[in-house]
Amino acid sequence: MKKSTFLVFTMPSFIMMTLFIALPLLIVLIQSFQFNQDVLETIERENCDPFGCKTETITVPVLDENGNKIKNNIWVGFQNYKNILKFQQLSSVISNDGFEWSKIRSIDFYKALRFTLTFTFITLPFVIILGLILALCVNVLINRLKGPIIFITLLPFIITPVIGALSIKWLFIGDGILTLFLENILDKDIALFSQGWTIEILMLFYRVWHTIPFAFVIFYAGLQTVDKEKIEAAFVDGANRLQRLRFIIIPHIMPLIVFVALIHLMDSYRVFDEIVGFSASGFRISLQWMTYDFLRIDDSGTRSIGRASATSVLTMIGIIIILIPVLRRTFKEQKEKRL
Amino acid sequence: MKKILVLFAIFTSFFFLAGTNAKACELNNSVPVTSLSAGFDAWKVVTSAMEECGNFTPTLDQEYRDKLVASLESNPSQFTMAGVSASTNVSVLDAGVTRPLDDLVAKYGDSLQDNQKIVIDGKIMAIAMMTNAQHLFYREDILSDLGIDIPTTYDELLKAAKVIKDAGVVDYPLGGTFKSGWNLGEEFVNMYLGFADSFFDGNMPAVNNNDGYETLKMMKKLTEYMDPEYLTSDSTYVQQQFQQGKIALANLWASRAGAMDNAEESTVVGLVKFASAPKAKKNGKPASTLWWDGVVIAKNVTDEEAEAAFKLAMVGLDPANLGANPEAAPWLSNAFDPAPSNIGAILTAKSGAAPYPASAKMSTLHGVLGAAIGDYLTGAATAKATLEKIEADYITAATEKGLL
Repeated sequence: MKKSTFLVFTMPSFIMMTLFIALPLLIVLIQSFQFNQDVLETIERENCDPFGCKTETITVPVLDENGNKIKNNIWVGFQNYKNILKFQQLSSVISNDGFEWSKIRSIDFYKALRFTLTFTFITLPFVIILGLILALCVNVLINRLKGPIIFITLLPFIITPVIGALSIKWLFIGDGILTLFLENILDKDIALFSQGWTIEILMLFYRVWHTIPFAFVIFYAGLQTVDKEKIEAAFVDGANRLQRLRFIIIPHIMPLIVFVALIHLMDSYRVFDEIVGFSASGFRISLQWMTYDFLRIDDSGTRSIGRASATSVLTMIGIIIILIPVLRRTFKEQKEKRL
Repeated sequence: MKKILVLFAIFTSFFFLAGTNAKACELNNSVPVTSLSAGFDAWKVVTSAMEECGNFTPTLDQEYRDKLVASLESNPSQFTMAGVSASTNVSVLDAGVTRPLDDLVAKYGDSLQDNQKIVIDGKIMAIAMMTNAQHLFYREDILSDLGIDIPTTYDELLKAAKVIKDAGVVDYPLGGTFKSGWNLGEEFVNMYLGFADSFFDGNMPAVNNNDGYETLKMMKKLTEYMDPEYLTSDSTYVQQQFQQGKIALANLWASRAGAMDNAEESTVVGLVKFASAPKAKKNGKPASTLWWDGVVIAKNVTDEEAEAAFKLAMVGLDPANLGANPEAAPWLSNAFDPAPSNIGAILTAKSGAAPYPASAKMSTLHGVLGAAIGDYLTGAATAKATLEKIEADYITAATEKGLL
C-alpha cells in the first residue's frame, strides 16, 4: 500500500483516538497534579430564613462581573496522590501495629484496593471455568435445542449491569423473596446486607453470573473450529474425555482463554456498578467508586477533581500492572508465530 | 410535503389537546417553564398545581442535589427554577446561579409572608415554603400497651426500645435513616447538635472531642435495636418499615409524616403519632436540625421566563393549594391550621432545635461524616480512629477547596 493511501485511511481513526482517548488521558494526568479551587473570600453577611435573621462570618467564592465563580488551578505536585495513598499514615500504622488490616483499611485507598483485587482475581477463574463447562455442555446438545439454550444463556449478559445488580439486591435485601425463602429453610433470621462479607459474596456471585455468557459465547465459537479428525484420532488412540479436553481442546482455544481473561481483568478491575447497585459503599468500596465519589458534587457545589483524577491515574496504572503477564504472553506467541 | 404537513398538524393538535387539560389554574401560562426539585410529597403538591397552568415540566428527583449546580450553571440554564433546601441553597448561592427576586415579589408576591423570604444581604434570593426536621415518630398503640411514656431523651428512647424488643411486638423497635452517605452524615449532625453547639473553630473542624465521642456511642447504641441492614436504610425505607408495621419508633423527616396515614400504602393508619425529636442530654436541646425547603429561579434564563416561573410558583405556593394538602408538609403559611401530622416538627422547633448550619465548610464536613461513620458502626474502626479520620479527611478536602 502506498504511504499516502495508508495515511488517508488511518487518519480518521487516528484523529478520533487523539481527540477522545489520548487528549482526555492527558488532561486527567494534568489535573491529578492540580487543585481545582474557587477563589474564596471570608465575608460577613446577614442571612434571614424562616428561623430568624443572623449575621454570620462565612467563606464564599468570589464571583466575577458576570456572576460566575472564578476558578483557579494550582499546581501541587504529588499532593493529590499523597492525600490518597497516605504513605505516612500507612507507615506509622505498620511500625506501630504491624500489618494489622483493621487499621490499614481505615485508609480508603487500601480498603478499595483490597476489594478491587479480590473481586478481580476471585471472579476470573469462575468465569473462565464455568464459561468453558457451559460451552462444552451446549456443544454436545442436539442441534434443535442449541438455539434456544444459547439464547437463554445469553440473557444475563444482555441486562444492563446496574439494573441486574439492583434486581439481585431486591431479591435479598430486608425481607426480599429469596431471604424469606432462605429463612424458611434454615429457620434463622438472615440479614445479608448487615455485614460486608455477605454483600461481597453477593457481588462476586452477581459478576460471575453476569459475565459467564460472554466467556461462554467466545468459547463456544472456538469449539466450532476444533479439528474433528484430531478428536477422532485421539479417541481411536484411547484418550478419554478429560485427556481429549486437556491435550486437544484447551490448547486449541488457549488464545481465546487469554482473550477472555484479558477483557475480564480489565472490566472487573473497574468494578463500580455493583457497589452502587448493592448500596455497598458503607461496607465495601472499589477504586473506580472512589473516583466517582470524588467527582460527585457535594452540597457546597464543588467536587474533588484533583483527587478524582489521581485515583483514575492510579486505576490505570493498576490495570496495566495486572495485564502485563497476559500481554507478555500474547506478544511472545505473536513473535513465535512470525518466526 | 403534504403528508408531512398533515403529520405536523396532528402532532400540534396533540399538544393543544394536552394544553387544554389545564383547568383548575386561573393563570394561563404561555412560556415554557421547567423545574428541578426533590421528590417528596410536598413537592408533588406544589408542582402538580403548577402543572395545571400548562407549559410547565417538573423534574422530581430525590438525588437532585447531584445535578443542581451543574444544570443551573449552564447558559441558558437547564431548568428555569429549582427547589432547594437550606443546604443546597448555599451551593446555588455560592455559585451565583440564582437571581434576586425582589422585583417579582413586589409585583406578584402578595400572598407571601415575611418568614418565607430568604434574604441574603438585603436581597430576596429564595422563597421558602415549608420547614422540615427529623423528629420522633412513634406507634401510639404499642407504647400504651406496654405502658411506655413518650420518650423525650435518647436514654428514655433506648429504654423504650428495650421494652419493645423484649415484648417482641414488632420486628425491630427502632428505625433510622442510617444509609451511608448524606443520610448517615445528617444523623451525626443531628445527634452532635444535641450534645454541642458548633462543629467548627473558624474553618477548622472541632468534632474530635468528647461530644463527638458521645455522639458516635449513642448512634451505635441505637443501631443495636435497628434492622441490621441499617447502612442501606434511607427515608423511604424507614417510612415503609413504619407503614408495614415493622418498627415502633424512629426519628424521621416531618415531610414523611403524612404518608403514615395514607391508606393505600399504610397498614398502620391512625396508629403513628408524632413528638419532638428526643434530647441527647437531659437539659439540652432536641438532637435535630431545622431545615427549610423553597424555590429559587435561575439567573441564566430570560426575564420573561423568570417572570412566568415566579407566577407559576405563586400558584403552587398559594395558601389555598397548600391548605388543601396540610398533611403533606409543615407549610410555612399561616393562612390555615397545621395538620396533626405536622405537630412533631412544630414541637421540635419550639423545644429549641438548631437550624442546620448550612455553609460550604458544613457541606464538606457532612460528606466526610457520611463516608467515615459506617466503619465505626459495623465495628471495623474504633470511635477514636473514626473521629481522627473525620478530622483528617475534612482537612484534606477543605485544603483542596481552599477553605484552609
